[in-house]
Amino acid sequence: MEIVNYFKAKTIEEAYEKLQEDKANLIIGGGAWLRLSSKTVETAIDLEHVGLNQIKETKDTIEIDAYVTLREVEKNETLKNLFSGIVSKGVNGIMGVALRNLVTVGGSIAGKYSFSDFITPLLAVNTEVVMYKAGKMPLEDFLKLRSREKDIILKIIIKKEEMLGYYYKMKKTGLDFAVVNVGITNQDGHYKIIVGARPSLATFAVKAMEFINNQKEVTEKVMEETAKIAGEELKFGTNSKAGKEYRTELAKVYIRRGLKEVTK
Amino acid sequence: MRINIEVNGNLKTYDVAPDDYLLDTLRADNIFSIKRGCETSSCGVCTVLMDGKAVQSCTILSVKAEGHKITTIEGHQKEAKKLSEHFGHQGADQCGYCNSALALTVHAMKDEIKEPTNEDIKEYLVGNLCRCTGYEAQHRAIKLCLEDDE
Amino acid sequence: MKVVNQALPSVDGKGLMMGKKAYSDDYAEPNSLIVKVLRSPHPYAKIVKIDTTKAEALDGVELVLTYKDFDRRPFTRAGQGYPEPSPHDKFVLDNYVRYIGDEAAAVAAVDVRTAEKALKLIDIEYEVLEPVLDFETAFENKIIIHPEPEIHEMFPIGFDPKKNLAASYHMHVGDVDKSLEESEVVIEQSFYTHAQAHVMIEPHTVNSRMDYQGRLVIYSSTQTPIHVRRIISQALDYPLSKIRVIKPRVGGGFGGKQQVHGEMFVATVTIKTGKPAKMIYTRKEVFESSYSRHPMRFDLKLGSTKDGVLKAIDAYVVSDTGAYGEHALTVFMVAAAKVFPLYNKVDSVRFHGNVVYTNHTPGGAYRGYGAIQGNFALESAIDMLCHKLDIDPIEFRHKNMIKETETSPIFKIMGEGGEGIEMFMDTCKLDYCVKRGYELIKWKDIYPNKYLGNSKYKGVGMAIAMQGSGIPYIDMASATIKLNDDGFYNLMIGATDIGQGSDTILSQIAAEALGTTLDNVIPYSSDTDLTPFDTGAYASSTTYVSGNAVLKAGKEMRQMIINEAAKVFNVKPEDVEYDGVVLKSGENEITLKELSNRLYYNEDQKQLQITSSYYGTKSPPPFMAGFVEVNVDKETGEVEIVDYVSVVDCGTTINPMLAKGQVEGGIVQGIGMAMYEEVIYTKKGKLVTNDLMNYRIPTRREINKLTTEFADSYEKSGPYGAKSVGEIGIDTPPAALANAVYNAVGVRITTLPITPEKILMALKEKEKGE
Repeated sequence: MEIVNYFKAKTIEEAYEKLQEDKANLIIGGGAWLRLSSKTVETAIDLEHVGLNQIKETKDTIEIDAYVTLREVEKNETLKNLFSGIVSKGVNGIMGVALRNLVTVGGSIAGKYSFSDFITPLLAVNTEVVMYKAGKMPLEDFLKLRSREKDIILKIIIKKEEMLGYYYKMKKTGLDFAVVNVGITNQDGHYKIIVGARPSLATFAVKAMEFINNQKEVTEKVMEETAKIAGEELKFGTNSKAGKEYRTELAKVYIRRGLKEVTK
Repeated sequence: MRINIEVNGNLKTYDVAPDDYLLDTLRADNIFSIKRGCETSSCGVCTVLMDGKAVQSCTILSVKAEGHKITTIEGHQKEAKKLSEHFGHQGADQCGYCNSALALTVHAMKDEIKEPTNEDIKEYLVGNLCRCTGYEAQHRAIKLCLEDDE
Repeated sequence: MKVVNQALPSVDGKGLMMGKKAYSDDYAEPNSLIVKVLRSPHPYAKIVKIDTTKAEALDGVELVLTYKDFDRRPFTRAGQGYPEPSPHDKFVLDNYVRYIGDEAAAVAAVDVRTAEKALKLIDIEYEVLEPVLDFETAFENKIIIHPEPEIHEMFPIGFDPKKNLAASYHMHVGDVDKSLEESEVVIEQSFYTHAQAHVMIEPHTVNSRMDYQGRLVIYSSTQTPIHVRRIISQALDYPLSKIRVIKPRVGGGFGGKQQVHGEMFVATVTIKTGKPAKMIYTRKEVFESSYSRHPMRFDLKLGSTKDGVLKAIDAYVVSDTGAYGEHALTVFMVAAAKVFPLYNKVDSVRFHGNVVYTNHTPGGAYRGYGAIQGNFALESAIDMLCHKLDIDPIEFRHKNMIKETETSPIFKIMGEGGEGIEMFMDTCKLDYCVKRGYELIKWKDIYPNKYLGNSKYKGVGMAIAMQGSGIPYIDMASATIKLNDDGFYNLMIGATDIGQGSDTILSQIAAEALGTTLDNVIPYSSDTDLTPFDTGAYASSTTYVSGNAVLKAGKEMRQMIINEAAKVFNVKPEDVEYDGVVLKSGENEITLKELSNRLYYNEDQKQLQITSSYYGTKSPPPFMAGFVEVNVDKETGEVEIVDYVSVVDCGTTINPMLAKGQVEGGIVQGIGMAMYEEVIYTKKGKLVTNDLMNYRIPTRREINKLTTEFADSYEKSGPYGAKSVGEIGIDTPPAALANAVYNAVGVRITTLPITPEKILMALKEKEKGE
């Protein structure tokens, strides 16, 4: 990436104004993987000093500012204990510590990376994204957003709820990207099932969820059937990490295993 | 752009472009301990400490280091010497290209985690690749070095 | 032995960890011109028009190089002895480009940004040609990759570019067809190995300048400084005496730095401009535009009696050398020469096939050098045969494998690029290695598998391997030992430490011979102006060949010291006793320190210095048995490597800890090739796995346990009983892991790497069949 000017915003308003000034202006999060882009950015806008560096806890929520690093998320004690720790677990599997010390929450969400190990667990719990102009919306709506308006992510809000969680990232080596990742939660008998890196962006297994959430009793047979439905309804594809058929099989196995783990 | 960075305790002023990376800025200032390896934040040989935390200097823009404290192994010679003695005794030395960054990351780990387990060590250092040793000797040496501190 | 066979800390590890200036780029001139190469976007194309005016006009651009700037003088970048067994089929720049990443032009500019901008300003019109991307169709294809008339072989290697042949080879012992016919049990299988990348963590790095005597001085991250000097001289028609190549610290090589890389470009820029220049490959360039392991297809047939006596080995092999023929023939030959003698009791052997050109990244030297490819095929096939015979693979190997004092006819028939040397195994502890590995892995308790519950199966597998110790009558090494005042020594060696620890172990050999301590020997390697001739760090030659040269020099220096003391005492040399510190004869006594100070400052002044050289007359193989325990998940194909046991016969270990490091580093690289490191090209010939996000080498997470032991062994021809240990570690993992996966879940993977996907898909296939 080529960067012509660098602007360290002091307030969010200032950052927003700068962002609108030129089509080629861009918010820089932690700045990871800028090298991989061949884009030319007119002005890179830095949010370090706008005051988006906190993790705040209320009675019902955890609010994580956009400029908080993934390493800080991973180390948050509350998140380690909520939902069987799946948010921390997801983040923990991303590259090495030295990269997680740079990568920000805002940057990870904004990129809508299909291989994301952050989005999958966040979808499995109740997460909202707060934008400077567009305001608050559920994460799944944010992911579908196709707006051309340039906006700034301020924070994400995770609802503190009692639920059992499961997260598994199938990867080939300790530093690899997911071949497939599976996030599952069980909140009082209500299940959410998310599959990411298919290789496309994480999504709910809607039919499978409908099936399992309508069962009186979740037996092993039900779990097996749920996994099968998910395998049929979700679109899987082939890329350099794995083929379509293998991904489908893998997702089914880990959905079944995950359901077993969150059904206790 | 003119930026100020505290490097190993000395306040330094650098003229940089907005898209210069810290690795290039520091190597141009004759800090040879940090190395170029992969350009994709994957190998860890460019690791420096920013305010005590390990970050990859091939990934972070120089302007982002403005106002922060950067430490390289030149600023942690005692720790490097100590770890290197264990490396020597365990036969963990080979090409040495990744060793300065590894020593820095071990140092950051010690600051962050008390009494790390085997799993903690592997987890923390997973981003420090080594193609020579097969890791086993490094692991032994790092464990012995940590035990020394207790 | 006081110094040798002692686990002493390396001589350089401390300074390197402390971040001292040491590697090639640390020595680049601060104002160096930055050299960047314009690389072909096409797998095969002819440059029809090339216009550099816009690039040259850009402020800060010093020089633009195209094929028009170079004479039509073919050479090989292989970095081998002279004449090379590789075809001279490369021009510094050519009007043809032969793979995506091949060199089309080069630029020298004041900084990286300007150089990169200039690359975009070079106007090239390509005539895009249809490429050959499938190596199995390359032979006699209508598309000819090397049509140019100037290219040639240095001596017969089966080079025939009209048929896309970089080399071809045939050998046989006995009548294979007849043996196979007579065999009661025959198995037949094809195996595929892939183009593993070296991934040395320091990318290829080189820089140059003109010194005050008008000589071209190059710092290069190379394994072969002497060859680099010769090849530059030859390719650029520049006097050898005007070139000095310095190899500072090298950040890993593994064979990838045996070949020359950016040297031709920086040298040309400095010669043409008089200015210093430097070049560092990006990681993408290291992957796409340097060298990788030759991919091979092995069509293997084995024949045996029904009670498990192996009778015949028949192999037809196709090897893909990519766009250029570096190491084409020799890697091919090693695939048999350093594998098939493991089973020396067969009646007949045949090994033949072709090394073909394709429009892929060139093959080159890589640790294992053919042996790992051959080992995967043969050791997998042996297990398949055992299964068919219903014989335990351990028992089969004990019955059929090579033993001490024995020989194989293959040694005499096959060398590297020509005929070999008849050799008897003066040391071969393979028997012990297999027995000991069998105990350590608890084979009896696990073989073939154990169900662990939750769809997981534990399995064990094994393979045996051999390598060589230098190339007889070709690899030559020399060492200079200089005594200084105060009584310490300089050890000057052309042997190139690339991280394997040769500066340390060669100093240990010298210290042992001189009767002194390790800190009293100061190693320096290597600099073509200062250090004596050595072919370089390859072919597992350093410990054995360079080590023997050092041992000789050490012994001779010791005698020179005794001779000087004898003069001082006025006695015969044989009347002098010397423990390395004090020289005595009767009442007379003088310390080495006093003697050296006297020699340099006071009486009968002279410099004591000796250069000795050595070449091998044989190449005693190190042997090993590799055993691996795996847990395989039958529902997902995921494999956990629980423990890798290596029992190695490398003769005496000069430094047991560093030797262990060589074995374990090799094992993990072998595990990488076997399990994780996938090479993917698009249909259009573009390498997809061209960075460390897509090409995955093992991290410390995958390595749970390595158990490494050495057999008690003493090779008389080696320095203090040593054989080589640099390559042997890499050979067994592919076959041992394939065998372990088979034993665990019953599927045989014959195409590397053994990914969870392949295992699961094979299991599904098998279910369907049942």
